[in-house]
Amino acid sequence: MVELEVDGRPVKVFEGQTILDACRKVGIDTPTLCYGETLEPANVCRVCVVEVEGARVLAPACSRKVEAGMKVRTDSERVRHSRKLVLELLASSVDLSTTPVAPDYLARYAAEPERFGPQAPPDPGRDRRRTGHHVEPDGQMAATVHVPVKIDNDLYVRDYSKCILCYKCVDACGEQYQNTFAIHVAGRGFDARISTEYVAELPESACVYCGNCIAVCPTGALMFRSEHELREAGAWHEDEQTVTQTICPYCGVGCNLELHVQDNTIVKVTSPDDHDVTRGNLCIKGRFGFQHVQARDTGTD
Amino acid sequence: MDLHLVPDAEETPAERAAVDHVLGPPESGWDGGARHDGAERNTARGGHDARGRRHLLLPTLWSLQERIGWISPGGLNYVCRRLTIPPADAYGVATFYALLAVEPRPARVVHVCEDLACRCHGSHDLIAQLEERFGTEGELSDDGSSTWYRSPCLGQCDRAPAVMLAVAGNEPLERVVAPAAAPGVLSLLAGGDAGPEPACIPPQLGEGSLRLLRRVGRVDPASLDDYRAHDGYAALRHAFSLGPEGVIRELKDSKLQGRGGAAFPTGVKWEAVARQPAQPHYLVCNADESEPGTFKDRVLLEGDPFAVIEAMTIAAYATNCTRGYVYMRGEYPQAHRALERALAQARSRGYLGDGILGERFSFEIEIRKGAGAYICGEETAIFESIEGKRGEPRNKPPFPVVEGLFGKPTVVNNVETLVNVLDVVLRSGPGFAETGTESSTGTKLFCLSGHVARPGVYEVPFGVTLRDLLDLAGGVPGGRSLQAVLMGGAAGGFLRPDELDLPLTFEGVREAKTTLGSGVVMALDDTVDLPRFLMRIAAFFRNESCGQCVPCRVGTVRQQEALARLLSGRTNGGVARELAVIAEVGQCMRDASICGLGQTASSAIESAIGRLGVFQGGAA
Ligand SMILES: Cc1cc2nc3c(=O)[nH]c(=O)nc-3n(C[C@H](O)[C@H](O)[C@H](O)COP(=O)(O)O)c2cc1C
Ligand code: SF4
Ligand code: SF4
Ligand code: SF4
Ligand code: FES
Ligand code: FES
Repeated sequence: MVELEVDGRPVKVFEGQTILDACRKVGIDTPTLCYGETLEPANVCRVCVVEVEGARVLAPACSRKVEAGMKVRTDSERVRHSRKLVLELLASSVDLSTTPVAPDYLARYAAEPERFGPQAPPDPGRDRRRTGHHVEPDGQMAATVHVPVKIDNDLYVRDYSKCILCYKCVDACGEQYQNTFAIHVAGRGFDARISTEYVAELPESACVYCGNCIAVCPTGALMFRSEHELREAGAWHEDEQTVTQTICPYCGVGCNLELHVQDNTIVKVTSPDDHDVTRGNLCIKGRFGFQHVQARDTGTD
Repeated sequence: MDLHLVPDAEETPAERAAVDHVLGPPESGWDGGARHDGAERNTARGGHDARGRRHLLLPTLWSLQERIGWISPGGLNYVCRRLTIPPADAYGVATFYALLAVEPRPARVVHVCEDLACRCHGSHDLIAQLEERFGTEGELSDDGSSTWYRSPCLGQCDRAPAVMLAVAGNEPLERVVAPAAAPGVLSLLAGGDAGPEPACIPPQLGEGSLRLLRRVGRVDPASLDDYRAHDGYAALRHAFSLGPEGVIRELKDSKLQGRGGAAFPTGVKWEAVARQPAQPHYLVCNADESEPGTFKDRVLLEGDPFAVIEAMTIAAYATNCTRGYVYMRGEYPQAHRALERALAQARSRGYLGDGILGERFSFEIEIRKGAGAYICGEETAIFESIEGKRGEPRNKPPFPVVEGLFGKPTVVNNVETLVNVLDVVLRSGPGFAETGTESSTGTKLFCLSGHVARPGVYEVPFGVTLRDLLDLAGGVPGGRSLQAVLMGGAAGGFLRPDELDLPLTFEGVREAKTTLGSGVVMALDDTVDLPRFLMRIAAFFRNESCGQCVPCRVGTVRQQEALARLLSGRTNGGVARELAVIAEVGQCMRDASICGLGQTASSAIESAIGRLGVFQGGAA
């Protein structure tokens, strides 16, 4: 066990655990965006930063390992400032309308993303900008990551205007789970974006439609097509949905499924993060097979 | 992993040759060769074996770029097949680097520097003339064979304004032309010749006080014998007699601090790596030198390449490395050729390879060519880049001395730091420490550029004042007056003309709340439009941010936008509010960014506001 101090309170956690683990243990709620329980920390969003006594810069709580005698502050002026700014920088450049935690975080840190000016509209050219170059801005609009939504297959929709570049989908699709490597970060700096090779449409890419990227996406940038369409129609009602646990019928692995049902229709399928077989992951059959079930039920194919 | 390639994209024979140039011909059908029946099908070099060659991705992409002029889907497919890399991953790597193109690009490209020192010497006019007489950036010539692009600092600030010509083909050509003028650049774009390469003559040539520069301009950089006739390899012989611990002891006694910007004690770093039980250890010589205004390492590499090799050999001996990399920015073709030539000679004469000088010590050096990414000079981004990935800095800890290149203990040192080691060994640690001040020992290379009469690299002992240094370079020419000095480059800070008595030492600049950084001293006379100058600094960081973390990725853009509003006078609620935006974003970047780029991106801008009073109508 390692003993440290968080906001003046002593806490003991296992060696190898993070400051975030220590914060949770003493009940301090730390905002996180790029951190995922089932993935290695990418520690890129920096909304979880904390002050470690004696360090020149703030540390990401989600990945910094605890050390004996560490003195951590999670609510100092410096910490609040950086968290607020990170949220403002994100909210002024990304559409956070479907990021579940966003309203709470923005309110908690009194973020004012509007102060950077009105948001620039979607730019279809964003996917192919020349690396290391940009058009000089006049500052009258805040640059955004907004691009037209990508709907190129029947199963899921990619709306990168909502992408905070947390790397989770890349890690889930790549070496941490799926080993498919259909998507990666392309470009650099503000133009960095999630992309397939040469911006190929998903059906042309290596994607196998496991939907594991959708499962980890914290912002709704990746979304079931069913959810996207209901939302577009103003008919997405999460509070009216029921969630039914079942075992996937398609093969013998025995993955747990959570069927999200609205108006007697399955609208999306997830798997619990803490399930020891799936860790939240599924394959195309478990994830999207419900469409076949429903097609059969209604007799329309 | 099932490799899914870009559909309907085949490599051309020329693309295949470009890739094979680096990887050798494919050994079997599995890695892209012809399919044969029989035993060969079972002895494929794919899977793990190929993935172990992932680090060859960047050299392979470079080969396509240099020979074909861009990386086509077919070319990328073939690379991916040979190295078992998914195309989306390789595309992510290719699009990280500004010198690599994933859209068709003509064979002949001129990169025109628009950065800080060149702005002081007419790059703006040069670009305006190109726009008028050739076309805008990226527009093709009438026959489609050439174009030009704006470029960040090319490391030729003493010869500003600078351009770099790149011609793709079977015998690729890369050449810097500096100083450049519009007629010359137009002729390059029309297929003209670049002329001979300039020789490297430091302004202090022949002065007896020179240490690091003593051979530059006097020794033939292409001759090992000449190097030896000028004291070359005396230090290595002495290092062998001291033994690894002895070398490290001298180094600690010398109090040598890193010259790459962070001023970390070199002896401490080496000792930490030498003690690591994990094997192998790696050595990386940081020759990325992309900080605007910096060109000192180029001068050493072009003028005295054997010194870099000898110093690396000593470093490897002391820290138990068998392999070293020189990570050199792609914009240094002349330095690249000089070092390559020197490496070949050193190798053939037994100064590299197995059993160097008859000792039981083996060491090899490989050059890795950067591809237009300032961030790859950051010590962990270098590792990612060498490993064939996007040059995104790692979170620290773990530090490179514990977990560096390929996950192994790694020494990273700047070129100038390494060359200092020769003197430490030859003169002993305490002897070395006699020069300079108590805590800043030895001499320092300063890159003088901008409005000085004789720009160039100057070597002075630590402790001389900024005024002395500017005088050495002939002061501000043309009867103009000095407006400000940019210290340390784009990541540094400004000083006022009344601050020239500052002693140039690590402790002196720290006390004055500025930095020596990589040794940039850029003088700006009263003709410089400072707000526009700041816009360029902001644009530089926006372009060079790796994009990984939010404070830097978005913060650099928001600062640039605020500057643009201040510049146009169309502010969002007044000057004070804009200055607050810059300060608040700056604070977050300094505190919460992953690496030094974001942490320092706003320092020059904030120092111009705080120290020079820019945007507030006068000095603060
Ligand atoms: C954005 C960034 C760029 C850097 N570029 C360089 C560079 O081009 N050359 C260099 O020697 N150090 C560079 N550094 C510093 C290196 O990270 C590292 O500190 C240095 O190479 C260590 O060598 P030294 O101890 O000999 O100075 C850079 C740092 C940052 C944050
Ligand atoms: S659906 Fe699966 S394979 Fe397709 S991009 Fe997402 S994680 Fe990768
Ligand atoms: S698409 Fe979602 S998971 Fe992927 S980087 Fe963007 S926000 Fe993260
Ligand atoms: S500070 Fe900037 S350059 Fe460094 S990791 Fe973050 S985004 Fe990349
Ligand atoms: S949650 Fe820690 S950096 Fe994103
Ligand atoms: S070469 Fe142009 S600024 Fe350095």
